[in-house]
Order: sequence, then C-alpha cells, then structure tokens
Amino acid sequence: MLGISPSMALRFEVLARHNRARASRLTLPHYEALTPLFMPVGTQGTIKGLTNDQLEDLDCQIILGNTYHLALRPGADLLDTIGGLHKFMNWPRALLTDSGGFQMVSLLHLADITEEGVTFQSPVDGKPMLLTPEDSIQIQNKIGADIIMALDDVVKTTTTGPRVEEAMYRTLRWIDRCIAAHSRPHEQNLFGIVQGGLDPQLRDICLEGLVARNLPGYAIGGLAGGEGKDAFWRVVAQCTAGLPEDKPRYVMGIGFPLDIVVCTALGADMYDCVYPTRTARFGSALVSEGVLRLTHAAMATDYRPLDSSCTCMVCKRYTRAYLHTLVTKEAMGSQLVSYHNISHMMQLSRNLHSSILEGRFPEFVQSFLQKQFPKGDVPDWVCNAMDVAGIDISMCRIPQSA
Amino acid sequence: MEFTVRACSGHGRVGSLRLASGLEFETPSLLMITRRGLPVVIPPEMLMDLHPDSRACQFTPMHFLEDPLAAVVAKAGGVHKLASLTGFAMVAVARDSLGNEIAGEEASNLGASFETSSGRRIVGLEKYMEVVNACKPDLWVSLPDEVPHWVPEKRNRESVDHTSQWLDHCLSLQHAEHGNRCLGVVVGAGSLEERARSAEQAATRNVAGFSLAGFGLGEDVAQRGFHLEVAIAKLPNDKLRHVCGLGSPEEVLQAVGAGIDLLDSTYPYMLTKECLAMTFPLKMEVPLRNADRDMQPTPDHGVASGFSLAKVNLRSATYGGGRIDETPLVTGCKCYTCKRHTKVYINQLLNSNETLAQTLLEIHNTYHYLEFFKAIRESIKADKFHEFRTWFTSQRQELGVLSLGNIPRVVSCN
Repeated sequence: MLGISPSMALRFEVLARHNRARASRLTLPHYEALTPLFMPVGTQGTIKGLTNDQLEDLDCQIILGNTYHLALRPGADLLDTIGGLHKFMNWPRALLTDSGGFQMVSLLHLADITEEGVTFQSPVDGKPMLLTPEDSIQIQNKIGADIIMALDDVVKTTTTGPRVEEAMYRTLRWIDRCIAAHSRPHEQNLFGIVQGGLDPQLRDICLEGLVARNLPGYAIGGLAGGEGKDAFWRVVAQCTAGLPEDKPRYVMGIGFPLDIVVCTALGADMYDCVYPTRTARFGSALVSEGVLRLTHAAMATDYRPLDSSCTCMVCKRYTRAYLHTLVTKEAMGSQLVSYHNISHMMQLSRNLHSSILEGRFPEFVQSFLQKQFPKGDVPDWVCNAMDVAGIDISMCRIPQSA
Repeated sequence: MEFTVRACSGHGRVGSLRLASGLEFETPSLLMITRRGLPVVIPPEMLMDLHPDSRACQFTPMHFLEDPLAAVVAKAGGVHKLASLTGFAMVAVARDSLGNEIAGEEASNLGASFETSSGRRIVGLEKYMEVVNACKPDLWVSLPDEVPHWVPEKRNRESVDHTSQWLDHCLSLQHAEHGNRCLGVVVGAGSLEERARSAEQAATRNVAGFSLAGFGLGEDVAQRGFHLEVAIAKLPNDKLRHVCGLGSPEEVLQAVGAGIDLLDSTYPYMLTKECLAMTFPLKMEVPLRNADRDMQPTPDHGVASGFSLAKVNLRSATYGGGRIDETPLVTGCKCYTCKRHTKVYINQLLNSNETLAQTLLEIHNTYHYLEFFKAIRESIKADKFHEFRTWFTSQRQELGVLSLGNIPRVVSCN
C-alpha cells in the first residue's frame, strides 16, 4: 500500500536559476537556510572541537548528527527527556540526522541486511540486535532534528548484480514503513533516499516510487563510495532531472569542492561530508587552488595566509609557516585548520548561492575551475557534466598564463 | 614599565602593573599557559572575552629555539604578532610547566639543560637571548640554573653562581630599545643560606623584577614557605615578583602570602585533562555545604571542589529514574561554558572523546581560576587576606581535598 507522506515541515522557494542550478531559501522549523549549502558532520553532537559560537560565526546553517552514535550515547530516551538534540547541544539553527543504517553497515562487525531491518552485533555486549525502519524513525523522532532520513538499503556502488536491484526495491518498501512510523510529520521532514546503484533503470524506478510518496525532500544516496567520477555525475544528473523542482535535493557524502560545484550545476542543493574536518587532522587545508599540505617542508618559509581570498579568523591571523610548525605538534594546529576548512566550505556555499542568485553562476564556475586547474587540465568528467548542465567552460581548458 | 604597590595585607600585596605596551592590570595575577604561543585548547579568538582579567599569558622560549619556529617568530616581529595576541601580556618563562621535570642534572657554564622539541639539550646564553629578543616579550625571565632541593650542596652553590652570572650575561644581551623587562632569577633550592645569597645578588641588578625558581619540585610545604620568606626579605619591595612551578590554589595562597605578584599555573589545565571542573567556593560569607556527591543542584557557592564529570554514570541517571543534570558546571558562573551548556552535555562529550569537552572545560576552569585570583586581590584590599587563606584551606580540607605532591588530587564523587 502506497504511503503518502503528510510530513511537511519546511518551505522551499527557488529564488533564482541558471539552467539546472538553483539558489533557494529552505525554511526549516529551527532555521531559514539558503541553498546550495554544505552541512558539516557533527557525529555526536559537536563538530570536532568547534564551539557553537564558532559554528555560528562560520555561518553553518544545518549540522548533521549521526543517529547511530547518538542512540548509543547519550541515548534516544535521554535526548527525548531533555527535549531533543537542539536543546541538548544548545544549537539554535537546523539539524539533520541520518538513519543510522550506513554507520552500522560500515562500522559494525557482522552487520547484515534483511527485509526486517539491519541486524548487527551490539557494540556494548555483542548480542544480536536489529534496527528496523520503525526503530530508526522512532529514534530520530526523539532526537528531534529538522530533517530526518529514511532507513534505506544501501549497497556499495562497486556492487553489481541482483543485490543492487534487491536493495532498491527494499528501499521503496521501507520508505512506506518509515512514513507510517513517523510520529512528528509537522515538526520533522522525512527525506527519502534514491538508490539503484549505477543502473539508470533501477534509479528511474526508485525515483518514480519516491516521488509518488510526496515527501518534503529527497536525497541521492549510494554514491561517494568508490565509483568512477563519470558514473557518479551521470547518476546525479539523472536523479536531479527526475526529482520535483520544488523540493530540496541532497547528495549524501559529497565534500570535495569540485564535486559540489558540479552537482550544483546539475541541480542539487545540499551536501554533507566529513572530509573538511578529517583532512584538517592530517594537516591539509582547503584553498582555492585545491588542497594545501601544511606538513610539506616548503610551508616552513611560506608567510602567506592559507588562502589569500579567505576572510576567516585563521587566515586573518596566522601564516602558513606558523601553522606548519603547529599542525604536527599541537592540538591547536589541527583545530585551526579545521576552522579554516569549515569556513572554506561555508564560503563555497555562499558563493554558489549568491552567484546563481545574481545571475553570474557561469562566471563563478569558470573562475573556480581556472583556479583549480591553472594548466587547463579540467578532467573530462567535469567537462561532460558541464555540457549537460549547459555551462560553457571552454576557456578553462586553456592553460592560464603566468 | 611601571609597578606600584597599592594595598597590603600581611606580606601579600595588590599592585598595579603597567607594561610598556600600555596594558595595565592588577596583581597578584594569573598567567595563562600557552604552547608555541597559543593557548592549549582555548580558541585564540575567544581568549580576549573569556574573562575581564584574561589578558596575561606565559610562554616558554624553549619552544622557539629551533627552526622553523625560531625564524618564523623573528619574521613575524615577535610572539604577540606571531600568535595574534597583541593586547595581551606575554611573559617568557624558561621552565615549561607542562613539560618534563627538572632533574638537577649537570649544567655547564654555558647553559642549563632543558627539554626542547629535539629532546633534552643544553641551552646556551646567546641562543636563549637570541630567542628572547626575537620574541619581544613584555617581561622575560633570565636563564636559570634551576635545581631541586635534594641536590648536593656543591651543586646547589654552583646553581646560585651560574644563575647570577647568567643574569648579568642576559642583561648585557637584552635589546636596549625594549627597555627593562627582565625578571632576575633567584634560586637556592635546599639551602636557606644559598637562597638568601642568590636573592641578595639578584637584588643589586638593574632588573624589572624577580623570578623565584626551584619550587614545585617536590619540596616540603613548610620549607617552601621559609624559602619564599628568606628570598623575598632580600628583594626590594617596589619590584615585581614572579614564581614558577607553583600553581595549585594552596600554592598560590602560600606564594601570595609571602609577597608574590605573578604566577603561571597549569592547575586549570591539569583539572581539564582529568575531566574535572573547578567548582570550589570563592566567597567567604557563604556557609559551607556538604560535598555535592550526588549532584544535587546547589546555589552557586557551596559545590564540591572539582567533582569528576567523567565519573558520572549517565546510564543509571537516565534508566534508574535518576535525574539528568541540566545545570551548568557551576550555577551562576558567567563563563562561556556555564552560560550555554549543561553538565549532562559536557559529560556526553567527555564520554565520546570529543575535544570540545576539553575546550569547554578549560574555558570554565580558567575563568574560575581568574575569579579565584580576583577574590584573593579583594581580600588583600580589605586587609583580610589571612582570613581568606585560612577559610579557603580549611574548607578544602573539610571537603577531603588531599595534597599529593604539588597538585591536589580531588576525592571523586562515587
């Protein structure tokens, strides 16, 4: 029986377009966000060492929490008693929780998926446990995030064969169970996740099924797992074309700036990834030209800021040379680089939104690609994607003069 | 630089210190800890607003000995600019309080042994002053030959001689345009005579003040008291006195009582590392309550000293019908952490090994300690320092705070 989702606790207004790309206002229960936007991943109620004030200074609009970790500690019931994760963290803006399924499959020993749900060994006492779509939604209802994710049957993109099809159909069956279990449809937005691997036909079936459920928003899942870039962009392009215009589109697990720019050109609005903070811990800073490895010996005598176009606290105060001496020796080193990397992603989000809004999106994309590929060696997959997106990047394929 | 004594209570005094940079603050004052110029876990941009008195930091030149940092700080034009801490007092203290113990090893005539980023090595005078001059601190300690109290007499005498010679040498190498910013070191470890001799020698030099060394190395508390007294008796009243190595509340009170004006302390950070929050009362007038062992919410002042957050068993608190503690670390505390977050949240962060826990705890602990120093100053101004000190130490004893070595270990709550 087809569940029709009455869950609608958001308003999505497309403010401007350039071909497929859109700049929009996403009004959520806790915050009015502007898209495209990047969501930093908070795992257990915090973004790696950054305070709420810092996150607000950085303009983070929506933060992602991991249901699996939160259910383990401090537990859904505690969060429920306190009044939800917002109150627990004292975070005044928006939150999104994932379903918990992905973490289990990737983190846990002997995790397995059946029609009932995800079976796994409890990390506490090793006993067999089961996370059903109902469980996932109930836990997320207690956590109280503005956007909650359906439990999907996610397979690695490198998987082939009948498992992919099985997972796609199961995802559709599970969305109905998620819709039925959702007890707070007017306060929390249940997003469905499009699966189907790299198979266009499977993706189509999944798209049709999810769109028919009339959900408040949709995610494109099952990517960012080792598939080739060519396959990746094609799936995104197909899905954005098949999803409703007037609802937000979230590509899960995407964090490389280049990928975000391409997906935005193809019509996506929201992204999340651990990449910016994770790479900071290894001493890598995100800059306009790409990735700056601060541990590199050359950094020891480089007295420039991380990124000359960045206005964050770190770039205003500290040089590459100083950060080089800090990163491997003081916790403060990777803390500062994390701060900058989040700032970089927020600036990218703002640039995407404002350039589309102000009718200069192609110029932004061109400038972005020229900085990342000064030798003109823009990868083919990007060129093909921009073709489909209708953005001329021919000038980016010529080497920039010195 | 100007230092003026404004009020006295016994040997304790409140002073106003005005640095060449124009920065002014009241002493006795806490110097916050930095590493390579930056706070250990507190976001640097939050330091200015952490507390009205959060303006003074310690740093150790030993972190800046080698390239690339030696070159980087010189190129930046000093440690203030390097770490973007203009508007702060940066005081160079040779001893790295967070680093290894001083072992009283052999020193050569050229320098003493210190832990650096490339291991333990002798740091010579020229190198030390090169780094000090490149850092451009507001105040700096001369190169000490610091030894613990248990070294043989001969070694102790040698340390006094070295320290005095090195003070002169450092003074000859200081940059004239930076003015008189030197805190001459006084050593003497296990011998009161040597201590007096060291102080006498330092007292005759043209310095901005003095730094008493050789403390916090396992010495007996009463002996420490005599050493402080003997040294300070030989020092001019109108110059600054700093001590390194003493940082716990009891040590601070002892030092202030003897006439010390500046202390760098790792006490807040030591608590943070142990997942403890500083909660001891700061006001004499409030009646002492029993230790807050079961986390009953209490009005601001009567909470147990440094209860352990890490040991709160949240599971029993939630599923056993116990209450979840949504109060701040210290009710009424105006620090960033207490205005925004609850014990249960910080506990969650600690249990999840999130670094934000350390950040939030350190902000609170530093704030609370700065409030402690403020309470000390108020008691001196009211000529009630002795009462304050007696009240404080007795209520700590009553709550079962034991003093092991130089950092009190707090009896935990469950």
